[in-house]
Formats: sequence, C-alpha cells, structure tokens
Amino acid sequence: MLNLDFAFLTPEVLSSYVLKGFLFSLQLTVLAMLGGVALGTLLALMRLSSKPWLIMPAAAYVNTMRSIPLVMVILWFFLLIPLATGRPLGAETSAMITFTLFEAAYYSEIMRAGIQSIPKGQVAAGYALGMTYGQTMREVVLPQAFRNMLPVLLTQTIILFQDTSLVYAIGAYDLLKGFEIAGKNFNRPVETYLVAAVVYFVICFSLSMLVKQLQRRIAIIR
Amino acid sequence: MPMIEIKNVGKWYGEFQVLTDCTTQVEKGEVIVVCGPSGSGKSTLIKCVNGLEPFQQGKILVKGISVGAPATNLPKLRSQVGMVFQHFELFPHMSITENLTIGQIKVLGRNKDEATDKGLRLLDRVGLRAHAHKFPGELSGGQQQRVAIARALAMDPICMLFDEPTSALDPEMINEVLDVMVELVREGMTMMCVTHEMGFARKVANRVIFMDQGRIVEDAAKEDFFGTPRSERAQQFLSKILQH
Amino acid sequence: MGNWDWQVFCKNTIDGEVISSCFGRSGDITYLDWMLSAWGWTISVSLLGLAVALALGSLMGILRTTPNRGLVFLGNAWTELFRNIPLLVQIMLWYHVIPALIPPLKGIPSFLLVVAALGLFTSARISEQVRAGIQSLPRGQRMAALAVGFTLPQTYRYVLLPMAFRIIIPPLTSESMNIVKNSSVAFAVSISELTLFALQAQEETSRGIEIYLGVSALYFITAFAVNRVLHFIEQRVRVPGLIAAGGK
Repeated sequence: MLNLDFAFLTPEVLSSYVLKGFLFSLQLTVLAMLGGVALGTLLALMRLSSKPWLIMPAAAYVNTMRSIPLVMVILWFFLLIPLATGRPLGAETSAMITFTLFEAAYYSEIMRAGIQSIPKGQVAAGYALGMTYGQTMREVVLPQAFRNMLPVLLTQTIILFQDTSLVYAIGAYDLLKGFEIAGKNFNRPVETYLVAAVVYFVICFSLSMLVKQLQRRIAIIR
Repeated sequence: MPMIEIKNVGKWYGEFQVLTDCTTQVEKGEVIVVCGPSGSGKSTLIKCVNGLEPFQQGKILVKGISVGAPATNLPKLRSQVGMVFQHFELFPHMSITENLTIGQIKVLGRNKDEATDKGLRLLDRVGLRAHAHKFPGELSGGQQQRVAIARALAMDPICMLFDEPTSALDPEMINEVLDVMVELVREGMTMMCVTHEMGFARKVANRVIFMDQGRIVEDAAKEDFFGTPRSERAQQFLSKILQH
Repeated sequence: MGNWDWQVFCKNTIDGEVISSCFGRSGDITYLDWMLSAWGWTISVSLLGLAVALALGSLMGILRTTPNRGLVFLGNAWTELFRNIPLLVQIMLWYHVIPALIPPLKGIPSFLLVVAALGLFTSARISEQVRAGIQSLPRGQRMAALAVGFTLPQTYRYVLLPMAFRIIIPPLTSESMNIVKNSSVAFAVSISELTLFALQAQEETSRGIEIYLGVSALYFITAFAVNRVLHFIEQRVRVPGLIAAGGK
C-alpha cells in the first residue's frame, strides 16, 4: 500500500519547480492584501457615508463580489481585461488585479464593522474640536478601527493566501502548480500533493497562531 | 451681542418632535444650567448649539454666526466652542498629551512645541501633570473628565458647553470635576451646562433653564428658580431631585 | 464587445446549430441543457457537502466545549487541520492521494470524493461557529441543567444545543452560501458542475460573456435560494422574546 518515496524532493528540485510558485503566491497575497485593504477601507467609508450616490455603487460592488465564486471572478477578469484594454494579458497579471479587487469586497466588510464599532461619541468629540470629516476619520476613527480589526484582517489574509491556489483555473504558476509540475515530471503525484498539503498547513497554521498572539496584545484599553 | 442666541428652535427625528420653540440667550460671562427630566431634550438642545445635531426650525447664533446657515464654516465655529461630553470621549489610542495637542495642531495649526507647552500647562491647572504620558484607559473617570476639560480649553474657546459632565462618574469623583468647572466660572468663562448637580447650579449659575418634553418651561435667575419656581412641573422636578 | 448572442444557449453542442425550442431532442443537447445539468451537479455537490459538514462540524464543535481535554484536543486538531489547507489542495488530496494510499477507495466516483473534501473543509468552519454559539450561552445554563440531574449528553441535547443552533443560524447561512460558491472548485477534478461548464462552453463557443453571465446568475440564484430557506427556518424556530435567537 504505502509505496511512498520522497527522496526525489531535493532542495534543487524544490528551488527549480516550487520556489518560483511560492514567490508568486507570496507576491500575490501581499499585493492583494495591501491593495484590498486600501480599496476596502474606501468602500467601507462610502457605504457609511449618508450619500446614496456613494452608498449604492459601493454596496453593489461588495455584494456582487461576494455572491459569485472566486473561480468565476478569476475567469471573468481573465476574459474581460484583455477585451477592455485591447491587449493580451498574462495569467499572473490578471490574477493580481482580480485578487486585489475581489478581496477588497471582503476587507471592506471587515473595515465597515470596525468603523461602526467605534462609539459615536468619538466622532462627536472630533467634530467638537473643530476637525473636519477627513481629519476625524484619519486621526480618530480609522486608527482605532484598524487596531481593533487587525486580527480579523490578518485572518482574512490567511484565507486570501489559501485562495491564491485557485489561479489553477487560468494556469498561473503558483505554489500549488509548482508542486503539481514537480509531481508530473517525476511521476510522483501522491508525494508531491502530500508535501504541498503539509507546506500549506504549516504556513497557515503558524500564521494563525501568530494572529492569536497578536490579538492578545493589541486590545486598546478603553 | 450675546455670546449664544437660541431663537424658536424646533427639531424633529422623523415624525417625532424633540425640541419645540426653544428660545433663550447667554451673555458673555454668564453661566446657564439646563436641567429637566430625561427625554426633555436638554442634551439635544446643547448639541444643536455647536451644530453636532441639526435642527429644522429657528436660529442659533454663536457670537453672531448662524450655526444652521449652509455658508457657515462649522469646523471653524466648533473650534471656538469647547464641549465636554458625558462619557469623556478622550481618544483612547492617543496619550493624554496627544489628546490635548491634536486639536491645536490639526485644527488651529499651532506647531507641536507650542501645543505641547499649552497642553502641559492646562494639565497642571487641572492637577494631572504627572499623567501626561499615560493613556486614557489608565486613568479614572474623574481624571479622564478633567483631561477632557483641559482638551476643550486647549483650543482657547470663547464659550464652553457641558453635556452632563458628571453623570457617568462615581460619586466620590464628582467633586474633583465640579471644582475645575467652578474655577472656570471664576475666570469668567461663558458656560452652558446640562447637569443634575443642583449644588453646582446654586453655587455658580446665573440662570437656570428647566426643560420638559422638548420645551423650555422655565428660564429664570437662579434665586428665583430655586426660591419660587413658577411652573408646577419645575416644582415637581425640584422636589424630587432635591431630596438627596 | 457590443454584439450579444444569447442564442448561444440554444445551440446544439455537437454541430452548433440553433434549435428553436432551446432544449435538445433525441440525444442532442443544447448548451442550455448542459448548463442546467451542470447546475444540478452544483446543487447536489453543495447539498451533500453541507450535510457532511453540518454533521461532522457540529460534532467537532460540541467536542470542543466539553470538559474532557482529550475530546477538546480532538475537536481543535480536526478544525485546525481542515481549515489550514486550501480547499483545492484538499480536493487534490482526495482525488490523487487518498485512493492511492487506501486501495479500497480507488473505485469511488470522484463526485463522492469532492463531497468528502468540501464537507470536511466546511466542517472546520462550522465547528468554529458551533463552538462559538455554545460558548456564548450564559454559563448558568449548563449548571442549571446539571443541577436538575441531566447527564452531560442530555444537557447538550435538551438545553445547550437548541439555543446554540438558533443563535448561529446567521453565520450558518453564510457558510451554506459559501459552500455553493466553493463547489466551483470541483472543476479541477472534472466534475461536470457549473464552473467546468463555464470553462468548456466558453472555449467551444467563444461567447464567454453570455456563458459566464448565465453561470453567474445560476450561482447567484442558488445562493439566494439557500439564504431564503435558512431565513424561513430561522423565522419558524424563533423563540419569542429573545433577541439573540433570530435577531438581525
């Protein structure tokens, strides 16, 4: 039954097949996180403003992104971006745009909850000092909201890292693909998928343990 | 010109009217205490004075500037009107010093040293200089409220609004805050103060306004109000509140 | 980009001819037929996966709230294992690795392997929610039940779980909608569900936008239907006077 042979997975093999994919997954995650949080915060502010012409597009965007499977969103962007720009698009670039825009919807829900959890009195105090809306958001509300939501934002980022494996649908070369190609080349799919699972597990589990630790330290005493 | 003028102010939340035909004024150096049962609209009225709450009818003028007018620069107006909240509302993610300087720097445009200097002097004045580097969460309620008063004073306001400043405090801390407020009165600050502390009113108020169900029912000099209140409602209220 | 061709759904998949009724006869199928059959697969995978996820997830969530440290560890380990490996990787494991390691499983249809992967992945998330729901109940509830003389299993059955499940209907609704979306990952192992249809039909007809719109609409409708069903259940089991159970 167990005829497993892991010996072929030497550092050379790993660095030639897997490292490239790992770096892409990492790059994609970091980019989508930074861009997604920025755009997501903007979307959250739009939804919390009292102006319908800001609320409706933001709500429509977030709800649409959250109703369709990520694989479909990946396929959509892969189809539409070349049509819109008139130029062909590599899978990797398409993935970067897709993930940033997609994750922004999820980050925006997190930031919206975070901003809403700040007591209204804080906003009133900011205004009472003479701050404008922008100053109040920048100096009083958003710093507190970020701090409170940081563990949830990071957990979403771990999920984002897992989701990057779905670029499989458009053939981009990510961590999973790296393992898959290695497996095909050495005709050992069983071993490579097992190692891939272990690698993902170790990364995600360690990160989630770190987030738990962070959560303990970061609470602002009110 | 009176410091604050409130003329026939009416306010609705949807169908429900929370303020009806409120008219009064506050001269420079005057101390007005606003009291009344809960739900009477006193907090709402005071929040209308610096535009934190909008109102649909009437006019409010602060040193001649109309609060409700669309052309008014509200942030600028608010920077001149100090406000102290029931729940202190210090910014928990900033140190005490930063709480005192942020308004000065970002709104008034003072430089950091100037702002810090003023902030520390004000902290001294309210007796909390030693806590300058701490964070609000490390201070007691009474201490936080004194810092909140200092934060408002740091903006060099022309008048101050207090919204039930001691209602959220444990009894033993109420006096330390009231003492600071009495000092302010002695220095000539114009004040409009929503409070249940009748002792404070008796001591320093010039006039007392009694509100009930969104209306100003009585607006009298302190001696008249406590001595012979005209309205039955005010009499009832006083008898209940002055038991203790 | 301005020319639409909605007729593509009525095209015969073999020779591309447009059939007037949009549904095929005598052995031919149109793209519409194909899409609807794919929808059926998506729904089946989702529902079966949800059943597996609810059963196992609830069990693990319950174990994590018992006083027995061994059971708590088991529940935690299960949850951490299945939530820290991406769903696609888990599907690959079930498809490529497990049948190789456990020969008796070689004959299993890939449909069931996908249900297993989807079910276990989602069970980790459901176990989190069940655990949170049970732990959000006042501590006194458990003590009151034990004081009456209930054994621990009886306490869970009669006191804790009825309230906990009502409390977690909103996050469970989210999870159920998620499982419909996650079923799309089955395309990677050639299950004929909606996403695989989208990929293949798009290639064959070059009418990506129309095909994708049709598929997206079906995903949306399915998730919406799940949402409404659970909302209905939530209303039916609401406990009068209690805001937490069923409140938004």
